[in-house]
Amino acid sequence: MLGTYYTFPELLIWIPFITGLIAIFIKNEKSVKMFALLSSIATLVVSVISLCYTDVAAHPEFFYYNNVSYVWMPYIGSSFSVGLDGMGFLLTFLTAFSYPLIFAATYKSEYKNANAFFALMLLTQAGIMGVFVATDALLFYFFWELALIPIYFLCSRWGGEKRIAATFKFFVYTFLGSLLMLVGIIFVYVHTAPVTPDSAHSFSINAFYNAALSSGQQDWLFWLFFIAFAVKIPIFPFHTWQPDVYEQSNYPSVMVLSGLMVKMGAFGVIRWILPIFPAAVAKYEHLVMALCIIGLIYASCIALYQNDLKRFVAWSSIAHLGLMSAAIFAANELSLQGVMLEMLNHGINILALWIVVDIIEKKTGVRKISQLSGLAGKSPALAIFLVIIAFANIALPLSNSFVSEFLMLNGLFDFNIWFAVFGTIGIILSAVYMLSMVQRTFFGKANVVAEQAKKMSAGQGIVLFALVVAILFLGIYPEPVIHLTQSTVTDILSKMSLK
Amino acid sequence: MNAIIITALWGVIMMFGGVFFKKSTTPKFWAIAGIIIVLLANLFEFFGHPFFNVDTKGMLKFDSFGLHFNTIAFICTLLFFLLNGKDFEKIGMHVSEYFALMFFVLCGLSILSSFNTLLLLFLGIEILSIPLYILTGSDKRNLKGNEAALKYLLMGAFSTGILLMGIALIYGGNTLGSFYIDAINLGTGNLPVLIAGGLVLILVGISFKVSAAPFHFWAPDVYDGAPAVVSSFMMTIVKIAAFVAFFRLFQTSFGAMQHQWQMLIVVITAATLLIGNITAVFQKSVKRMLAYSSISHAGFMMFTLFALNDTAKEGLLLYAAAYSIATIGIFAVIIKMSDYSIEGFNGLGKKQPLLALTAVIFLLSLTGIPLTAGFTAKFYVLMAAVKDGHQLWLVVLAVICAAIGAVYYFKVIQAIYFKDPVPGVNDEINVSSSFKFLLVVTAALIILLGFLPGLLIDWIYY
Repeated sequence: MLGTYYTFPELLIWIPFITGLIAIFIKNEKSVKMFALLSSIATLVVSVISLCYTDVAAHPEFFYYNNVSYVWMPYIGSSFSVGLDGMGFLLTFLTAFSYPLIFAATYKSEYKNANAFFALMLLTQAGIMGVFVATDALLFYFFWELALIPIYFLCSRWGGEKRIAATFKFFVYTFLGSLLMLVGIIFVYVHTAPVTPDSAHSFSINAFYNAALSSGQQDWLFWLFFIAFAVKIPIFPFHTWQPDVYEQSNYPSVMVLSGLMVKMGAFGVIRWILPIFPAAVAKYEHLVMALCIIGLIYASCIALYQNDLKRFVAWSSIAHLGLMSAAIFAANELSLQGVMLEMLNHGINILALWIVVDIIEKKTGVRKISQLSGLAGKSPALAIFLVIIAFANIALPLSNSFVSEFLMLNGLFDFNIWFAVFGTIGIILSAVYMLSMVQRTFFGKANVVAEQAKKMSAGQGIVLFALVVAILFLGIYPEPVIHLTQSTVTDILSKMSLK
Repeated sequence: MNAIIITALWGVIMMFGGVFFKKSTTPKFWAIAGIIIVLLANLFEFFGHPFFNVDTKGMLKFDSFGLHFNTIAFICTLLFFLLNGKDFEKIGMHVSEYFALMFFVLCGLSILSSFNTLLLLFLGIEILSIPLYILTGSDKRNLKGNEAALKYLLMGAFSTGILLMGIALIYGGNTLGSFYIDAINLGTGNLPVLIAGGLVLILVGISFKVSAAPFHFWAPDVYDGAPAVVSSFMMTIVKIAAFVAFFRLFQTSFGAMQHQWQMLIVVITAATLLIGNITAVFQKSVKRMLAYSSISHAGFMMFTLFALNDTAKEGLLLYAAAYSIATIGIFAVIIKMSDYSIEGFNGLGKKQPLLALTAVIFLLSLTGIPLTAGFTAKFYVLMAAVKDGHQLWLVVLAVICAAIGAVYYFKVIQAIYFKDPVPGVNDEINVSSSFKFLLVVTAALIILLGFLPGLLIDWIYY
């Protein structure tokens, strides 16, 4: 069986990494596209198979399919350790699931130097996978940065006119954040007990969980880690890079950035901040949650007045993530369970939204809401898809977000009623901006632009159909996901209470 | 001892060889042969087979740290000769002499990595510096080069004077009246006045040599004014030699009372990091930008003096190797261009894909991106400082400066890949395939050290 020779997390990293390196040498645009698509499907297959081996409690041998450790730098107590737990399964699946859809939905797009483009896309995937599976702090940092470099080149090389400056701002923000986190990692490392006899300290995640940190040290370590993750998510006021980058970049990169890379931030908070610095979390959670909720309301208000579809999606994404990050810091069982579900749902919804925007821009050549009107008459199928996706974004019952946002708000309510109140206002605002966007672009009288619109391709139709099915499925039957991540949530909460 | 004697001998051979070498390419091959012999001889000594048994009365001490550093420096020099050998002809007629001077520099370097008395420290620094004064001004018709040489000579003489005064004070101040650095064991009590004065003067003197702020003023002008080949050599091999001398002296003599003078290092480090990085952002010429960036890297290497623990020792060697290899590599690319401005790099990715790719790897390494040697080096020096446990704000300042560093290194990367070439600028870049191969080897070394730093560090404990 697959897992017995090579563990799943290794395969999830090495398949995109190696195919990414190979892709550089495929000069033909058509072949490299097909190659990248096949590679991402292979990763998806591995990820789906791995989901059959999650039940470690019933089958202890499954642990060895999902965890592995190689000697890497024994003299400083770091090893190449990767492993999958409930949250890891969920997010690696989201990554593996998104990539084929991204490649398929943008299959018709043309790129200069397609080989470099697809190579960088696959390398980004390897980096993201690495972040989700690393169980060694130094390795985590390696992958954290390795995901950043290819996406930097992707966004700077292919995109709008002002892409270089916008992406560079993003790069410097995240690079500074990660370096601060590096200082934090080193500091925690110096306070760990040895696991192996070779080194005085250890980078393994369990050593980090048991590190002896006073509450005074936690106070400032918390911020070193938090800034790195807050820039990635992004949490208000670290969000300023996001709308510019989303506006200027090419669609596949934006889909990766907004669908997957923001999850790296949320994942980082749950995996690294909550269990390692519980005292500091208890101290600062009100402040951080207030920032998140301010971000939610602020971004929703700005989204109301956006004319550019890409900026519109960017701001709506900031709003949703504000609610999600607030729920993370509420840190009770309901809210964390909601966050787990929301990470998957947000990935699916925003991917679907980007695909719709991409189709609109390809069909009509514009993405200004004011210039679009009555697209529904020309493309009824797209209109139906968009309405369902919009409903999912405003968390209507039966759509996937309903379950997750309900859980998160429940958790917030348990924590502090006012956060829940403002969170709900945020959801109402999301209904306002989402529906008004749908109404202004798709309904009303068809204008010249809409008359000249081209048809949506079959591939894009299939991708959107798959996403809509996922939206409805998760809205009706979210149980598998909750079951999958239950163990992670209880684990994190017990680690927080132990300290 | 092997390295000291053979480098000096080979320097003499190269000097007189200048008379006999007919073809202009001959000196290059002799120099490469020489450095390989020196490297092998040093390795023999490292594995316990010294060729010469000279009784130095304990004035030189060949430990694995110093010999290992020699190996690193000689490998870097070998890379440097291989990559830039042809470009020496651009400086002037006397190619053989330039190589001879570099061998004398290496002789000084070998003394600095193994000195055990303050006298030999002084001697080593002088042997290292004097050939450099000549090399800086070796392009006789270049006014900027002449200015740089004069400036360097005056500043260098001044700083050696201060260093000598410091040595005198230390000699007079310690109760043994000894020049031996391992004998000047000052215990952990309060610093006596004379010793404290001597320590500050020595610190100032060596800060000049490693271009640490506020004694860095000569560095940008000299590195910018000197021929590019020479500045590449000065920024890397010479600078790291001074650092190793610095580290050796401070760890052996003053390590025990480290916390009494640590604040001085803190101030110097913070100033060096800030000045180097912030000024580099505003440079238009890549060569001058690298001059300032070399000041900022000196700031990072100062962390090893700040911490003075085992991790710092490992970090210093790693940083020396990572920084030197990357800088030699990026300079090898720059030298092939006629226009050193950032615009000159526009569209290099289209014109010379391989050159561009390797240049980007060198720049990423200088920035400190994981999977390159630059990252592991920065990681080690920061880890050394955190292990020391004092003044953690300095570490935070350092990473902020590293992020500022990304700004100017990435300007060049942006020019290489994302901008269209400017017509008429750097149109004809001719490089041989062997040069390309060597660049790829250099870049591969950077990446190898990026995830397996143990390959280099483990030898310290051989």
